[in-house]
Amino acid sequence: MTTMTPPVSLREHVTPIAAETHVVAAHWLKQGLVLALADGRVLRWRDGALVESVEAHAGGILCATGDSERLITGGDDGRVVATGFEGEPAEIAKDPKRRWIDAITLSPSGNLAWNTGKTVQARDEKGRVRTLDAASTPQGLVFAPKGYRLAIAQMNGVSLWYPNTEAKPEFLEWKGSHIDVVWSPDGRFVVSSMQENALHGWKLGDKPGHMRMTGYPAKPRSLSWSHDGLWLASSGADGAIVWPFQGDGPQGKAPRECGVRHARVTRVAFHPGALVLAIGYDDGCILMVRLTDGSELLVRPALRDSGISAFAWDKAGKRLAFGAEDGAAGVLVLPS
Amino acid sequence: MSEKIPVTVLTGYLGAGKTTLLNRILTEDHGKKFAVIVNEFGEAGIDGDLIVGADEEIFEMNNGCICCTVRGDLIRILDGLMKRKGKFDAIIVETTGLADPAPVAQTFFVDQDVGDATRLDAVVTVTDAKWLKDRLKDAPEAKNQIAFADVIVLNKTDLVTAEELADVEAAIRAINPYAKLHKAERANVDIAALLDRNAFDLDRILDIEPDFLEAGHHHHHAEDVRSISLTIPGEVDPEKFMPWINDLTQIQGPNILRSKGILAFKNEPRRFVFQGVHMILDGDLQRDWKDGETRESRLVFIGRDLNENELRKGFEACAA
Repeated sequence: MTTMTPPVSLREHVTPIAAETHVVAAHWLKQGLVLALADGRVLRWRDGALVESVEAHAGGILCATGDSERLITGGDDGRVVATGFEGEPAEIAKDPKRRWIDAITLSPSGNLAWNTGKTVQARDEKGRVRTLDAASTPQGLVFAPKGYRLAIAQMNGVSLWYPNTEAKPEFLEWKGSHIDVVWSPDGRFVVSSMQENALHGWKLGDKPGHMRMTGYPAKPRSLSWSHDGLWLASSGADGAIVWPFQGDGPQGKAPRECGVRHARVTRVAFHPGALVLAIGYDDGCILMVRLTDGSELLVRPALRDSGISAFAWDKAGKRLAFGAEDGAAGVLVLPS
Repeated sequence: MSEKIPVTVLTGYLGAGKTTLLNRILTEDHGKKFAVIVNEFGEAGIDGDLIVGADEEIFEMNNGCICCTVRGDLIRILDGLMKRKGKFDAIIVETTGLADPAPVAQTFFVDQDVGDATRLDAVVTVTDAKWLKDRLKDAPEAKNQIAFADVIVLNKTDLVTAEELADVEAAIRAINPYAKLHKAERANVDIAALLDRNAFDLDRILDIEPDFLEAGHHHHHAEDVRSISLTIPGEVDPEKFMPWINDLTQIQGPNILRSKGILAFKNEPRRFVFQGVHMILDGDLQRDWKDGETRESRLVFIGRDLNENELRKGFEACAA
C-alpha cells in the first residue's frame, strides 16, 4: 500500500460473539446468524443477543453449507445434519461406518451432496439419493450454478457428474491432489485449489482450456467469486490474490493483489453486491478492500492465535459475520 | 506459534502385533490423549476416543521425482484434526501391513500445513520374531519397514529359541543397525520408549552411532537392503559436499530410504547436521563443536542396492 495513514477503521461497528471453540463456518439464516463449531455445536445469534447453542454432532463439525432456512453440516460422527434457527437439529443421512463427512454442498434449488470415504452422495430436492463410487477419494464438492450437475475435486483432476444419469462422470484431468472446487456463476469455469499451493482452472464448453494459477506461498483454501462473476479472490498469500475471469479467463493475465500485509490470508469473501472484498488473515486481522481503487478499511486488528477461519456476508450485504480458530467471532454492521 | 503435535508412525507386517501394541498404547495409564489414524476402519478392535479411518491414498508430487510420494488422505485428516486442537496430545498413524512408510514420512516434509501443525516424531516398526526371517525373503515391504524404522519392536520373542532370536536380531541389524530395538512378548514394551523420540529433529541428532556395538554379524551381507556408514576423519568442503549430496539424492533417491549426517565444515565452528527421506533433505548448522570433540564428518545411508565403493569415493572427494 502507498497510503501512509493507517486504514480507516470500522472496529466500532463490530459486535463480538464468544463462540469458545474453532469456528468452522458462519452462515446467515432468515432469522439470524448461525456458526458451525469444531466441537459439534451450532450457535444461533440474533441482533446482538446470543440465542443458544445446540449439539448438532456428537463429535466435531468438519464442513457446512446452507440456505436461508437451515444450516447443513457434516461431522466426524458420519452424520449429515440440518439445523434451523429454532428447534432441534434433524438428521438427513448417516454413514453406517461413522466415517467422516469430508465435504458438503447445496445448490440454489436445494440439491444436496456430500462425501465420505470414496463415496459421493447426491440428494435432489425431492429427497432421492444417488451414489457415486469414485476412483479416488473425493474432496471438495460444488454444484453447477444451473442444472443438476456436481463437480468433485479428486486426485489428479475434477469429475463432473450428472447424478440423474447413469453416464460415467466426465473427468477433467490435471496431475496432483485437488482439494476445494468452485464453479463460476456463469457456468463457464471450474477452478480447484491444489495441495501444491496453486489453483487450477478449466474453461468448459466449445474451446476447453487449462488455466494454471501458481505462485502461492501456501494452499489457497478459500475462494470467492465477485457478484458479477468476473473476479475470483483467493487466500494463500500475504494479500488476497484476485484473478480476472473476463473473456477467456486469467491465463496470461496478472492477478490483483489486495490488502498485502506481513501475514497470510486465510479467508476471503466478496460482498454480494459490490466489488468489495473482506480479507481475513492468520494473525486475526480483517480488512475490507475496494477492488476498484485498493482502498482499505480495518474491521478487526491483529489478535494472537485468532486466525480467521470463517466469513459470511448476509444476503443484503449489510452485515459481515466472521469466526476465528480460537473461538472468537463477531458481526460487522456496515454503517449506512 | 503453538507447540507442534508429535506424530508417531506405527508400521509392521501383517500379524506382527501392531494392533496389540496400539491397544497397549491407548489403554495404558500415561495421562496422554491420542488421536489415532488407522487403516481398514472398524475391522480390528481398537479402543479409544478419537479414531479416524484412512484410505492410504498416495499421490506423486508434481516435481518430477517418482519417489516423492505423499499420503493425500493424511493431509485431509490432519487438517480436520487440527480444528480440534486441545482434544489430544499426540497422533498415531497406523499403516497397513503392506505399506511403505516413506509416503507417510514424506507427507510431513512436503506438505506445508501438515509441517506447520505437526512434527513427525518417529517411525516405529513392529516385527515378529518367529516369521520375520521368512518375510525378509518374500516381502520387500517388510524389509522397507525395518530399514525405515527409528524404533523396532521385536515381538513374540517367547515363540522362538534364544538361538533363533539372536539370528533374527542379526538379520534386523544387517539392514538397520541404527534403530533402537526393544524385545517384547505380546507387545509388552515400555510406551515411553516409543513416544517422544524426536527422531526427525535435527537438534536431537546428537550422534549416529549404531545402536548395537557387537561386531561380527557378517553372514547377512547378501541383503539388498542395508546400511552404509562413511567417515572422513576431518573436515569437508561444503562447496563440494552440498552439490554432491544433492546430486546423489536426486539420482539415487528412489534407492536411498533414509540418510543422516553430522559434518565438520571448513572454517565453520558449528556442526552441520542433516537427515533425509529418499530425495527430501533437511539440513542445518547446529551447535558448536565442543572442546575436545573430534572434528570429523560422518554419513549414514540405509537403502537398496547401494554401491558402497562409489559412495565412499564420492564422499572422500568432498574432504577439505
